[in-house]
Amino acid sequence: MSSSTEVDNSTYYVPEQGWYPVFLAFGLMLMVTGLAGFLNEIKNGGAGGWTQSLVGFAFVSFVLYRWFAKVVEENAAGMNNATLKKSYVWGMGWFIFSEVMFFAAFFGALFYVREFVVPWLGGEGDKAVIGEYLWPAFEATWPVVANPNPEIFVNPGESMASPDVSNLSAWGAYLPFYNTVILLTSSVTVHFAHDAIKSQERNKIIGWLALTVILGIIFLILQVEEYIHAYQALGLTLDSGIYGSTFFILTGFHGFHVTLGTFILLVQLFRAIKGHFTANDCFGFESASWYWHFVDVVWVGLFIFVYVV
Amino acid sequence: MSEVIHADHHDDHAHGPAKGMLRWLYTTNHKDIGTLYLWFSFAMFLIGGVMALVIRTELFQPGLQFIEPEFFNQMTTNHGLIMVFGAIMPAFVGLANWLIPMQVGAPDMALPRMNNLSFWILPFAFSMMISTLFMEGGGPNFGWTFYAPLSTTYAPDSVTYFIFAVHLMGASSIMGSINIIATILNMRAPGMTLMKMPMFVWTWLITAYLLIAVMPVLAGAVTMMLFDIHFNTSFFNAAGGGDPVMFQHIFWFFGHPEVYIMILPAFGIVSHIIPTFARKQLFGYTSMVYAVASIAFLSFIVWAHHMFTVGMPLAGQLFFMYSTMLIAVPTGVKVFNWIATMWRGSMTFETPMLFAIAFVVLFTMGGFSGLMLAITPADYQYHDTYFVVAHFHYVLVPGALFSIIAAVYFWIPKWTGKMYDESLGKLHFWLSFIGVNVTFFPQHFSGLAGMPRRIPDYALQFADFNMVSSIGAFIFGFSQLFFLYVVIKTIRSGAPAKGRSWEGAKGLEWILPSPAPYHSFTYPPEVKSEEVHG
Repeated sequence: MSSSTEVDNSTYYVPEQGWYPVFLAFGLMLMVTGLAGFLNEIKNGGAGGWTQSLVGFAFVSFVLYRWFAKVVEENAAGMNNATLKKSYVWGMGWFIFSEVMFFAAFFGALFYVREFVVPWLGGEGDKAVIGEYLWPAFEATWPVVANPNPEIFVNPGESMASPDVSNLSAWGAYLPFYNTVILLTSSVTVHFAHDAIKSQERNKIIGWLALTVILGIIFLILQVEEYIHAYQALGLTLDSGIYGSTFFILTGFHGFHVTLGTFILLVQLFRAIKGHFTANDCFGFESASWYWHFVDVVWVGLFIFVYVV
Repeated sequence: MSEVIHADHHDDHAHGPAKGMLRWLYTTNHKDIGTLYLWFSFAMFLIGGVMALVIRTELFQPGLQFIEPEFFNQMTTNHGLIMVFGAIMPAFVGLANWLIPMQVGAPDMALPRMNNLSFWILPFAFSMMISTLFMEGGGPNFGWTFYAPLSTTYAPDSVTYFIFAVHLMGASSIMGSINIIATILNMRAPGMTLMKMPMFVWTWLITAYLLIAVMPVLAGAVTMMLFDIHFNTSFFNAAGGGDPVMFQHIFWFFGHPEVYIMILPAFGIVSHIIPTFARKQLFGYTSMVYAVASIAFLSFIVWAHHMFTVGMPLAGQLFFMYSTMLIAVPTGVKVFNWIATMWRGSMTFETPMLFAIAFVVLFTMGGFSGLMLAITPADYQYHDTYFVVAHFHYVLVPGALFSIIAAVYFWIPKWTGKMYDESLGKLHFWLSFIGVNVTFFPQHFSGLAGMPRRIPDYALQFADFNMVSSIGAFIFGFSQLFFLYVVIKTIRSGAPAKGRSWEGAKGLEWILPSPAPYHSFTYPPEVKSEEVHG
């Protein structure tokens, strides 16, 4: 282990060459080609083999584990000066911006469909002629529970739209409402964990962080329940037209991000138990919490535009 | 696990490159990675170029002589994708890697290991993409814009591999851009304020911002394609309440900023070369910076000018027509500033300067044809004709590509410590200049006369223009092999170059010896005023 004394802390630490990046790139390719092969086999009526994509995933996970461990270790050895730490801050900030734009694509699709496509198909607005020629029987409503061509895209039985504002008892049984409360609460608990790091109260750090992780897991469990309900009770699926498409892609990618965020926070919890974080040096935790707040904000947007409005 | 982590900790802290092939696989050095990007992009340029020549061979005469229409479509699609994502973009990233740390006085890129990852994703992603050509049902055949439903309902199975390849390229671009932004905003030498930064750094800062803003949108678009194909969603299928036109909107929301991603760094390069060989300060530095920022902003609100004929509401057509024309203003600022920089300068015409001047002239021609295309009613006539092909090839070949070639000639003494052979460089320039114009100028005429693009056969009246165009393409293509020869000759036996390889060159990279040492600035250099605004 190189001691911090031999490292000049005023210079920017440029890591020596290493094997992680090229192996990670290889693992990524292994994973996605495996996945592509699997999807194509399924599409052509085959069974579909998971093996290659799983091996690729394991490979990627292993390299990432080693890579992050190395970065943590370097930081502990005092190799990262203030400028380098700032580079990490910039890096995480711009990564989150890229994630915002990823969701923007799906929100954009949702808005475009609701504002333009569905009215036009229903024979309203500038391009009403489309609807009049294609499917004259189609009525423009949102949520779309009767598709333009129900023979190709089977109508969902029901949508996920929120109950009427006045109907309080229905809200009491409305899962997305609970999920909103859970996720907003978890944003607060993760903030308390940050405060605890700043005041170096070890038990509080672990307690608040653990609570945040638990809230994340509860959110995910409820969402799985919601999906099961949608598929089995409501008949709302990925292939039930544009409402199901936008609903599942938005909530699904959000759920995927919650999964990732929960896992990242879990890693931070283990690091907190190991005593990695000091009041002035807790970037791993901070970036995880920024990510968590971002995921939270996306949910608020989802709740408003997918469920309520 | 911990013993494994410690096992690789006896890295030697030597300050030179490692020996052998592993140096290139494992490197964290911005110069090595820049070199990798540049050679990779050149390899892709040759592959994409061969595809272009296959296309031009088929179009040499009317009628189908050499290839099937199905294969022709795969060639146009892959030519476009490879040139955009494999040749032009990685070449600019390679230049950014080589130059930005030196130009801002930094020791390296901000996140060197991620930098290596950004590069190494690319060879894997492009192997995936090119391998689709050999798959059952053939490779992508729906044009580089992969419009639904051609790319969803009617696509070959290989489209799944194409989708994941695009995801990987996007990840690579985003990581590369994050690195560039972090380097520029965080690692400038003391005294290098934002408004003292070299233009290449400025243009890349804004380009990186554009990349981070739009690559995720492209990822979203291909993800929706993936879902439509494999999970039966209906984003781009009107039968389920979606819309194929929505694909075009999302694609071009990515696609138009992407067009500027491929030209803004070129503006930066030209803004270095023209002042150097005119031996004057860059005219209107501040306005150049604001012009680039304005172009970047406008690029987000013009996308639907690619879709005037698709059936948009009139208000949309008008909005996108006017916003598009507005781009001519900041672009005009730049062109006039370059001309004003040359005005009464002590001009000499070394190879980089020849390419830079050709850039200004020919890119402006591409800009003017763009202005013609921006006029909605006129676009009804030009849309999907060879006029469009001529337009975007004028901005991408003598535009983006010429600037890359100019940059190679301009900075190769700094990279290799050797000077290229001036007369060979000039010969390369004239072959390229003639080749590019013979290829693409006639396409304006065949397009205006109504020849559609992406068609393997055409009416007899277009025969002469197409024959000329094909001859030009072969001249241009083979003169790039000559470029390869010039570069290799320089590396092997070029005359030694001075630290300041051009007497008029300014900037921190020129205070370093040539070749630049493996680690340029361990300690930040002093930013002297005479090195600013080269």
